[in-house]
Amino acid sequence: MSPTVKQSMNPVPIKDRIKVPRQLMPEQPAEARAHNFEEVNLGYDAELAKREAQRCLECAKPTCTDNCPVGVKVKEFVELIVAGDFLGAAAKVREDNVLPAITGRVCPQEDQCEGKCLLSKKVKPLGIGYLERFVADFEKNHGTAIIRKAPLTGKKVAVVGSGPSGLTVAGDLIQKGHQVRVFEALHEIGGVLVYGIPEFRLPKQIVREQIDTMRQMGVEFETDVVVGRTVTIDELLEEEGYDAVYIGTGAGLPQFMGIPGEHLNGVYSANEFLTRINLMKAYKFPVYDEPMLDLHGKNVAVIGGGNTALDAIRSALRLGAAKAYVLYRRSEAEMPARAEEVHHAQQEGIDFQMLTAPVEFLSDGKGWLTAARCVRMELGEPDASGRRRPVPKAGSEFDLPLSVAVIAIGTSANPIVQSTTPGLDTNKRGYIQASDETQRTSRKGVFAGGDIVTGAATVILAMGAGRRAAHSIHAYLTTGEW
Amino acid sequence: MIPDTIISWGNTLSIPVRGAPVFKIIHAQFLAPGIKRFVIEAPRIARKQQPGQFVILRIYEEGERIPVTIENSDPEQGTINIVVQSAGKTTNLLNSLETGDSILDVVGPLGKPSEIANYGTVVVVGGGVGTAMAYPTAAALKRAGNRVLSIVGARNKELVILESEMRAVSDALMTTTDDGSYADKGFVTDKLRQLIQNGTRIDLVVAVGPLVMMKAIAELTRPERIRTVVSLNPIMIDGTGMCGGCRVLIDGKSEFACVDGPEFDAHKVDFSVLVQRNAMYRAAEQKSMEEFQRAQAKAHECAVTSSVRQGGQR
Repeated sequence: MSPTVKQSMNPVPIKDRIKVPRQLMPEQPAEARAHNFEEVNLGYDAELAKREAQRCLECAKPTCTDNCPVGVKVKEFVELIVAGDFLGAAAKVREDNVLPAITGRVCPQEDQCEGKCLLSKKVKPLGIGYLERFVADFEKNHGTAIIRKAPLTGKKVAVVGSGPSGLTVAGDLIQKGHQVRVFEALHEIGGVLVYGIPEFRLPKQIVREQIDTMRQMGVEFETDVVVGRTVTIDELLEEEGYDAVYIGTGAGLPQFMGIPGEHLNGVYSANEFLTRINLMKAYKFPVYDEPMLDLHGKNVAVIGGGNTALDAIRSALRLGAAKAYVLYRRSEAEMPARAEEVHHAQQEGIDFQMLTAPVEFLSDGKGWLTAARCVRMELGEPDASGRRRPVPKAGSEFDLPLSVAVIAIGTSANPIVQSTTPGLDTNKRGYIQASDETQRTSRKGVFAGGDIVTGAATVILAMGAGRRAAHSIHAYLTTGEW
Repeated sequence: MIPDTIISWGNTLSIPVRGAPVFKIIHAQFLAPGIKRFVIEAPRIARKQQPGQFVILRIYEEGERIPVTIENSDPEQGTINIVVQSAGKTTNLLNSLETGDSILDVVGPLGKPSEIANYGTVVVVGGGVGTAMAYPTAAALKRAGNRVLSIVGARNKELVILESEMRAVSDALMTTTDDGSYADKGFVTDKLRQLIQNGTRIDLVVAVGPLVMMKAIAELTRPERIRTVVSLNPIMIDGTGMCGGCRVLIDGKSEFACVDGPEFDAHKVDFSVLVQRNAMYRAAEQKSMEEFQRAQAKAHECAVTSSVRQGGQR
């Protein structure tokens, strides 16, 4: 296809494109969705997708792609949507992104592709995430895809952890002709995609379909393997014949606040709260056996301001909470959550208590949570993260009545792999040290990426690390040079 | 020339992609009423299991994940032995499984292994089904050259388990039953108190059993300054440190039983917090159990009815 043909496909002249408003994502009404676990966003139809795609300014040097951790060729796939070739667009996305139906839903696009969109200087950026989701869903509903694989190399790669970074490594390497086996500690493949992100933001059926795609491509999976305990990295390399290992075990241990009352019944880590709901389907108790506390008519608060915090509190609302609070010690401007999630949560009626932090959890004297004693904060000088440090206001203490509190203030490194792999260097916070460029660790043939290297981050950053690792694992397996 | 892989989305099943092996039950046998031993095919776990470790299992797709004691393993055969006491729905369901059935998920070995060294004289205490967890530790301590004095306790004669196994790895074995229906009437703590009062030199006490028992042991050895290790059993989901549900208060600080334990210094454990947290889902557990029993009764009724229809030959 010549460039002139492509340009003729877009009926909107370049100068008029900025006047076309960003097409709104159809969504479930807030009142309805606050009480169900079905997906909030309903997705563009072909008409909306084409209209949105027509807004692309077709920059000579597209900054959207530069700002995508896996380098999705945005301009090219958007042009294919304009041309009505949706399957072609999906195939174009999949050249760089093995999980497009997932990233189209959970990426913080405002910080990545859309953040650098030229349109955003004047109006709202191109809805790149919405378009990515559209083509991925279209392909799933309408087509088959042909994956051209390289000849088999005879090399074997073990991937530890089946979250977004591990799946990316597996998807890239299988296409290069290597044999790939993914080990997962839990009973279901997907890592944070299945235990962390709730159904209303990322339906598990979507995750299963993407994983099934990888299975069809030839990736092998083994659940119920805790690498470090069930088998060690050294055993994989020396006894099971793997030529390289990629460690993508995720962030790991939830952090607690270290304040009195954290052991009361009713105080959860976000990981536990979300795992019970998402992985174990506790919201379907007693059809599913895993229990959780009944939230109907109860006051629930989450502590933290990230995506995990919002996932937890919006789940609590859907489970019948009467009041659902977000307690965040800084202001809304500093909240790390995706903008769309904050907006959705506000629409659903989540009560945001900014500049507020609990200092103690209070009990009924029988071990059950009854309230959080909180203080109001004000912002002082910027701290190491560059964000203004919250400082408690004297005399601002108050008690917030609560039945359940969910702590979502971050995670620290899970030590299982590190402590069972001699010679694997870690940093002072316990995360695995890996090169930013190659994801190589201090051990020959061992690569690492995602949250176990960087600490808790996003799905797409983990996938970016997976992409780089796949590239350098392929180079290592081809040349044998370390 | 490699043929292209054609990916189709039309026939994707709604069940998750798995890839775990089949965890087949090679042998199942009741050791006591409500306490069953399973020999399970789990070659990876069998190869790595060490005393003090446990597995987490899930029986079927809608099932919960529960931690279960590993009593023993056979790396050559690729099997592990687990011992399960019926308490709630999941354990009752598990104990209804027989030789030839299989368990959907078995993951492990989890937790830090027991610290095995030559301490001198070690008293190993097993209370009820906890004896199954104490047994491999006792055996390893014996192999390490310790003088092992074991105390096994149960509510009554029928519930005493693994007595001969424990005897085989101990220099002396004492058995108690709460009701005196077998061996000496009393509690395991009575035996330990006697040993202390007799002036027996004790370098280490390892106790595995109900929380009340482990707490009583801790209180008994604290004034004597005898190093004491207990194996804790909090509510757990993933077993890899990810969820933090199994946090226990050790010396005023949160630790995770699945990665930092399950064994801890008994004198630093806040037992009351553990008792309180283990009761968190009691209402839900009771509801689960009642529905399970109703379903069982109904199934039984159906079986009776149908056998009656078939001429009453049961």
